Amino acid sequence: MLDYETLKIIWWLLVGVLLLGFAVMDGHDMGVGTLLPFVGKNDVERRVVINTVGPHWDGNQVWFITAGCAIFAAWPLVYATAFSGFYWAMLVVLWALFFRPVGFDYRSKVADPRWRSAWDWGLFVGGSVPALIFGVAFVHLLQGVPFHFEDNLMPVYTGTFWGLLNPFALLAGVVSLSMLTFHGANYLTIRTEGDVQSRARTAALIFGTVMLVAFAAAGVWVSSGMPGYVITSVVDPGALPNPLDKTVEIQAGAWLGNFARHPLLWAVPGAGFAGGLPALLFAWVKKPVLAFVGSAVAELGVIGTAGVAMFPFIMPSSSDPRSSLTVWDSVSSHLTLEVMFWAALIFTPIVITYTGWAYKMMAGKVTNAYIESNDHSAY
Amino acid sequence: MITQEVVDLSRLQFAATAFYHFLFVPLTLGLSFLLAIMETVYVMTGKEIYRDMTKFWGKLFGINFALGVTTGITMEFQFGTNWAYYSHYVGDIFGAPLAIEGLMAFFLDSTFIGLFFFGWNKLSRRRHLLITYLTAIGSNLSAVWILIANGWMQNPVGSQFSYVTMRMEMTSFKELVFNPAAQAKFVHTVSAGYVTGSMFVLGISAWYMLKGRDIEFAKRSFRIAAAFGFASAMSVIVLGDESGYAVTEHQQTKLAALEGMWKTEPAPASFTLFAIPDDEKRENTAEIKIPYALGLIATRSANTQIPGIDELEARAVERIKNGIVAVKALEQLRAKTADDATKASFEEHKADLGYGLLLKKYTADVSLATPEMIAQAARNSIPKVAPMFWTFRIMVALGFSFFALFALSFWYSAKNTFQEKRWLLRWAVWFNPLPWIASEMGWFVAEYGRQPWTIFGILPTNLSTSTISVNSLYGSLAGFMFFYTGLLVVEMYLMFKYARLGPSSLGTGRYAGETAPALKSAQ
Repeated sequence: MLDYETLKIIWWLLVGVLLLGFAVMDGHDMGVGTLLPFVGKNDVERRVVINTVGPHWDGNQVWFITAGCAIFAAWPLVYATAFSGFYWAMLVVLWALFFRPVGFDYRSKVADPRWRSAWDWGLFVGGSVPALIFGVAFVHLLQGVPFHFEDNLMPVYTGTFWGLLNPFALLAGVVSLSMLTFHGANYLTIRTEGDVQSRARTAALIFGTVMLVAFAAAGVWVSSGMPGYVITSVVDPGALPNPLDKTVEIQAGAWLGNFARHPLLWAVPGAGFAGGLPALLFAWVKKPVLAFVGSAVAELGVIGTAGVAMFPFIMPSSSDPRSSLTVWDSVSSHLTLEVMFWAALIFTPIVITYTGWAYKMMAGKVTNAYIESNDHSAY
Repeated sequence: MITQEVVDLSRLQFAATAFYHFLFVPLTLGLSFLLAIMETVYVMTGKEIYRDMTKFWGKLFGINFALGVTTGITMEFQFGTNWAYYSHYVGDIFGAPLAIEGLMAFFLDSTFIGLFFFGWNKLSRRRHLLITYLTAIGSNLSAVWILIANGWMQNPVGSQFSYVTMRMEMTSFKELVFNPAAQAKFVHTVSAGYVTGSMFVLGISAWYMLKGRDIEFAKRSFRIAAAFGFASAMSVIVLGDESGYAVTEHQQTKLAALEGMWKTEPAPASFTLFAIPDDEKRENTAEIKIPYALGLIATRSANTQIPGIDELEARAVERIKNGIVAVKALEQLRAKTADDATKASFEEHKADLGYGLLLKKYTADVSLATPEMIAQAARNSIPKVAPMFWTFRIMVALGFSFFALFALSFWYSAKNTFQEKRWLLRWAVWFNPLPWIASEMGWFVAEYGRQPWTIFGILPTNLSTSTISVNSLYGSLAGFMFFYTGLLVVEMYLMFKYARLGPSSLGTGRYAGETAPALKSAQ
């Protein structure tokens, strides 16, 4: 049996893996949705775009759902506090996601151009709005969230929805939206040809550049003395979790502390650039598969940067810092973490294997001719 | 500040979105296996018509599946957004089956459903058939884990309360998985899904036969649906009985309410076939009873007594009094002012902690609870009788009527005379919507019957919500109403459109209307 402290760290890594899985898999078809109205100029082209992800979007979306459930199971306090605190942001994400399953499946079942155009914009909303809000919500974890716990550990959020929209949060929204759109554009370039492909490549060059600039700007913002959080009491990582059992202080530049202590960690934000820059170059020289790999590495770098900067914090509280949620004190019981660890260890490789097989079976370009000859069965 | 209005609105929103979600789940569960059966016949016989059947019913399956996925995400979000305290208090146990569901089942059916639709020309016949089975197995495995989570809400085994972390924690994963409440619920729920899927195919096929179109296609579909539906309807009833047996063990309050049994009767108790329950006077009028039936069904013995509502309330009073001790000890433990005697007293009374928490609805400080409050809380520990009584009886009556329809359909399809029995075909058409009503009634009995708890005996509903404002709740309710109404209109429109088009929607050129000018009006 693994000890409690080790399992707590493993689960921090596993949530990271699931979020990365979401960005790499669901991220590219959200990017495709965002680009749909712009790279497809007529009905056949749009159907080409939709059918590149047609067989896969549903499986990919499960990364998102599983990440949510894993947070519920492994970090119940984070799930409870974040979902109820970010009530309206969560509902907007949820309602935007509504447009994806129905958009994909229903769009081409009626021939009326107004019907189809409406669903195309629905898929645009379903791809772009969640991508934007994820960045906004994620950066609020860096900035701290106004919440506290009552004596019985009932989380109470004291902020507002509009308070979410500050300049740094919007910058982070640009990072996440451009990152997923870049990734989606690289995917589209692999799976299409002709006009759609060349438009997708242009989109990759634009959004890849935006992502790198915005990510660098966010880095400058954080390193120019942005306040971070530090635990000031002695922590017993193996203790039973109780978030009220510690003291926390807000200090300028604290989010750079982990990098100062462990300089190797600079490799994580480095991966954002080491993946993103070559990805841009590969898009330029028309090597879309390598560009896709590069944008996936960039996602690892961007998500990982937020994670390692904040460790062990997951969700700091700006209004009552000792209520902050950390890797040590917002987790499930030892037994639950252990059971879930084995479940993840067994099933994640199986999922990755059959997902890979599914992509292999459906590999190849989606062409205008394919759409025309499969008018009744394609999306 | 959590007001009663916040609790009521949160319940309304959860109930509405859960009922809505379950409009799409049973058809997914049932139709996926029917598709697998049809495709098996195709692979075994090589007859193209069976491939067309799989594709056509698959198209309708897809229209339904899209909304199942859409509305399922709502359920996952809502525990966190609207039931934050619940999520904290029981996430340690409740979250695990949901996460495993994602990893083990949801990935499986969602990945392969794409290949089901798009892989017809890319995969060999056998491989495609394998995909179809994996999709069906995946969606049914999903139901296993969801019902393990739900079964734990009904019968919280394998867990205990920890005052350090202030929540319930898992003590045995095995007990959670093999919870008898979950097992019985699973088989009952998926069988109900198979009945729904069968009724869907049976009814639409009957409609084609009544219209005199696509006869070969409709006959073959009808036969498969009749056979599968017959077996499923039988299993719903048998396993529903198993589910009833489980109810009596774990939730006597649910049973007493749905039977309208105010007083404990000498064993074996009679089954009330009809009555008009009166929650105010605490009695039934116009009763028709079948002697001994309930006692025998529910306890499977002739001498085990089933407690009536009066007796259950008296027991609740005792547990609430113990619970007050537990709540007070817990408060001292949390404030770290407890001595060893308090700790011991907490351990002694903690099984009744939830009953003490029931009083939080009436007073913030439970040690100030008056005898009237205790009596009130005990009375409210039994769900209202009339809604339980009626929804249960409607569900059961529908279940038996489905069995009759499928038995006759199966009989006449064995004799191959069903296409002449127009009364049977009409019956199948008109009965099409009813399995959905039966399913929703069943969920009402299960979940309304669990009140006033979210986790039976552990966590009262009143303490389970998030600290959000009434305005936020009205806003989100309005949003759900807007989106869900729109989505339902679109879904029904497509479902009717494609059911009317029939197999001609595949564009093979082999089916009714594809060459005739009459097609235009059908579209």
